[in-house]
Amino acid sequence: MEDLYKEYVGKLPGKILNDMEKEAKVRDLKPAQVKKVLEYLIEQYNQAKIDPGEAIGIITAESFGEPGTQMTLNVFHFAGVAEVSVTQGLPRLIEILDARKTIKTPSMEICIKKEFAKEPTQVKKVAAQIKETLLKEVAEEFNINVSKMQLEVKLNKARIKEIKAKPEDIIENLENAIKKISIKKTDEGFTIKPEESSDHELMELYKLKEKLKETYIKGIKGITHVLPVKRGSEFIIITAGTNLADVLKVPEVDSSRTSTNDLHETAKVLGIEAARQTIINEAGKVIEDQGLDVDIRHILCIADTMCRSGVIKGITRSGITGEKKSVLAKASFETPLPHLVNASLLGENDELNSVIENVMLNQPVPLGTGLPDLVAKMGPKSIKKKQTEKKEESKK
Amino acid sequence: MSNKTDVYMREVFIGQVDSPEEFIKKVKQERREGKIPEILNINYNKDLNEIIVEVSRGRSRRPVIIIENGKSKLTEDHVKKLISNEIKWSDLKKEGVIEYLDAAEEENCFIALSEDQITKEHSHLEISPILIMGLTTSIVPFSNYGQSARLNRGSKSQKQSLGLYASNYLIRIDTDANVLHYPANPIVKTCNSNIAGQENHPAGQNLVIALMSYEGYNMQDSLILNRGSLNRGMGRSTYFKPYSVEELRYSGGLSDRICVPDKEVKGYKAEEDYRLLEEDGIVYPEATITESDIIIGRTSPPRFLGEMDEFSISANRLRDSSVKIKPGENGKVDMVVVTDNEEGNRLVQLRIRHDRIPEIGDKFASRHGQKGVVGLMVPQQDMPFTVSGITPDLIFSPHSIPSRMTVSHLIEAVAGKAGALSAERVDASAFSNKSEESLREMLSEMGFREDGTERMVNGITGEEFEAKIFIGNMFYLRLKHMVGNKLHARGAGRIQLLTRQPIEGRAKGGGLRLGEMEKDCFVAHGASLLLKERFDSDRTVVPICSSCGLIAVHDVFRKKTFCHRCGGNVEVNNVEMSYAFKLLMDEIRSMGIIPNVKLKNKY
Repeated sequence: MEDLYKEYVGKLPGKILNDMEKEAKVRDLKPAQVKKVLEYLIEQYNQAKIDPGEAIGIITAESFGEPGTQMTLNVFHFAGVAEVSVTQGLPRLIEILDARKTIKTPSMEICIKKEFAKEPTQVKKVAAQIKETLLKEVAEEFNINVSKMQLEVKLNKARIKEIKAKPEDIIENLENAIKKISIKKTDEGFTIKPEESSDHELMELYKLKEKLKETYIKGIKGITHVLPVKRGSEFIIITAGTNLADVLKVPEVDSSRTSTNDLHETAKVLGIEAARQTIINEAGKVIEDQGLDVDIRHILCIADTMCRSGVIKGITRSGITGEKKSVLAKASFETPLPHLVNASLLGENDELNSVIENVMLNQPVPLGTGLPDLVAKMGPKSIKKKQTEKKEESKK
Repeated sequence: MSNKTDVYMREVFIGQVDSPEEFIKKVKQERREGKIPEILNINYNKDLNEIIVEVSRGRSRRPVIIIENGKSKLTEDHVKKLISNEIKWSDLKKEGVIEYLDAAEEENCFIALSEDQITKEHSHLEISPILIMGLTTSIVPFSNYGQSARLNRGSKSQKQSLGLYASNYLIRIDTDANVLHYPANPIVKTCNSNIAGQENHPAGQNLVIALMSYEGYNMQDSLILNRGSLNRGMGRSTYFKPYSVEELRYSGGLSDRICVPDKEVKGYKAEEDYRLLEEDGIVYPEATITESDIIIGRTSPPRFLGEMDEFSISANRLRDSSVKIKPGENGKVDMVVVTDNEEGNRLVQLRIRHDRIPEIGDKFASRHGQKGVVGLMVPQQDMPFTVSGITPDLIFSPHSIPSRMTVSHLIEAVAGKAGALSAERVDASAFSNKSEESLREMLSEMGFREDGTERMVNGITGEEFEAKIFIGNMFYLRLKHMVGNKLHARGAGRIQLLTRQPIEGRAKGGGLRLGEMEKDCFVAHGASLLLKERFDSDRTVVPICSSCGLIAVHDVFRKKTFCHRCGGNVEVNNVEMSYAFKLLMDEIRSMGIIPNVKLKNKY
């Protein structure tokens, strides 16, 4: 029996073989029967394969392009009052396919470990911890004391308790963030005094106040908003802003299910395969949200092409399209002149092996009916022989 | 801050008042009495505590009836006098019954929609709720039953409809004029129909329509017409097209001459081609002309004086610049006018007339934004008919109704039917039309099914349809878009000089572009060779020098091929490519980049 399966390794994908093995055991099939099924599987598998010369690239492009025309343009969608706004539709799809470095609305979906995810209060605590907190959010008042030339900050005690921060920690964080200040703790908060005095003390003090307001106190940098949401039976946290590496360090976070919509960050933290999966998920989400239907294989094709080199490359002139071998193909897609100039400087050679160059030259495109050719092998001798034959014929 | 209110006029501060309400009351009172110009409008902004007086041009204003002490100033007496033409609109204005408000003054007013809604607080009364619509939209019947987007389209359709656009059309020369042959006054009208001139300039016909599918030729907004009705003149129209020719004057005292050209003239066509011209070089009226016939003969002096050089045998040879009718057009010469234009040049204007009988592809529309194109014309004997023997003129697809929600379309059919049977016009004004119930009553009183459906028989098989068919009378418009003006196809033809690709546009007999996205479709289907064939329109054979890869020269006269760079002793191969690519190579070369073509034996 084992040998029988070994025979088919390479002919059928591993997963199908494994499934077959399991099913055969359950159904208690005889080797002859197994062989019959496997032969049938091979037939079906080969039929499901894409034919040689099928233009999958253009079919994929059309499969994205046509529904793209139906997408709502530039609409920010708020489902519910408190929901985080996320770029959707065509702008988001363009963002993904171009593999933009900075995206319009970075966002994370943080899953909490099962033992914490059931209780909303616990999830809220985790969310408060994760959220990036600035001084202005915990301070009640900022006063400029002109007589003493110092800033007096009054803290909101309740807020501080909520985010589990001590005034001492806040002072330490502030000291780390802003140089040349001395901070003294008071009953209500603390006072801040610049160490050096200058001529424009009041101005400096005012500037310091504005700077202090935006100073980071606690939480994870980059996560500007958190929103606990019930998804199925458990609670998850949706965020605005992303910082995958730091979020994964939080002990309550389930690191195996937490994700961000930033492709490059995913690639940096989790690797290229995770980035590929993110492309598939994100592109799929856009298409599903718009109520459109694009076959998953087209998305897979795009994601694979973008991640093929180990680095995410967008479908732009600096990305995948710029990697094309043919000068003419590159020139036909965005900014033709620089491509032609560069090609002439380097003395590039266009082998005319792809589609668009051949359309330009009005030659059969090497796809579909244009792919197969009659091949007669002719060495240099046979060519010369033919030429002499022709000459003789013409002489006659 | 003072508690006085600032007053601005024409955006300039002019003073302050103590009590704004009283001030405005006084201004309005004086305006109604005629002491202040009627064009003045006044607005009080409570939040900013300022009064803005407007007298400038370009504000849109609308008339409303004034209410005083909870009573409309328009009395029964006024209405009676208006009907009997004793007083006019301007009298109402003078009397202070009606005043015009602009958008700003309207903010301070409280306008009642109808007379029975009036309370003490109301300051004005709406003349009629139909005024929320413009003139063309308000002649859409039963528009309060229709979807707003469809009303817009309905009024757009009416602007494109054929009718009697001017009663002196016979002595006018308009570009692209159409006249409908038997225009009719609609049975179902709104109160604004006559204001829009539908009585004297009707633009459509009352047809019997059935709401059903038939042979599948009315799907996706296409229509089926009754050939019998067409033969009786339904939807026929005449298309007028002007041509004008001028005797231009050139430098040196030379000028064009309208005449039958001599045989010596350069560019003379066959004698046969000038057969329609009379002695003066102009076609005779009522001449039947077909495609590319010459309608005016004209000779022009040579284009360059150099053409009159001593070598030519007959010096000063004239050119033929006769005017042909445009390709694809035909008809009869309707009128010939010979005059002088502003510059004193002789001017000949012709008008071609062509009867347009509806054909497959012509556009028709109801007044509800339901437009469609003729898909089939069925002989009358094959049309379905009701048990009482009525055949519809037009069959309309029921699928056009649900998604577009044009309930008004259906109600018009019922109203038209009731109106036609009882020989009276039906009022279909928005918000004040004849009610659906009374229409149903009218129908059932005359012995018809009240919902407008009838038993009908299939004209082809003679079997009765299982379903009751909705049938009624509707006012249908023939729109000016006719296939005769739009149909276009070509095989070989004129090409562009630069790219050698076919020229663009129907008027020039251009090609139909297979664009980038269409190309992608061919590629996606793998139809590689078909794609090549489609793009063969600018195919050229270019001789290429095999040693340097540049374009070589093929000298036909000396039967020699040579390369400008490598001389005559090289192998030159002919390569087939698109002319556009050869042009690209030439242009790249003109920038100082050498594109080499490296030839390789493919097999």
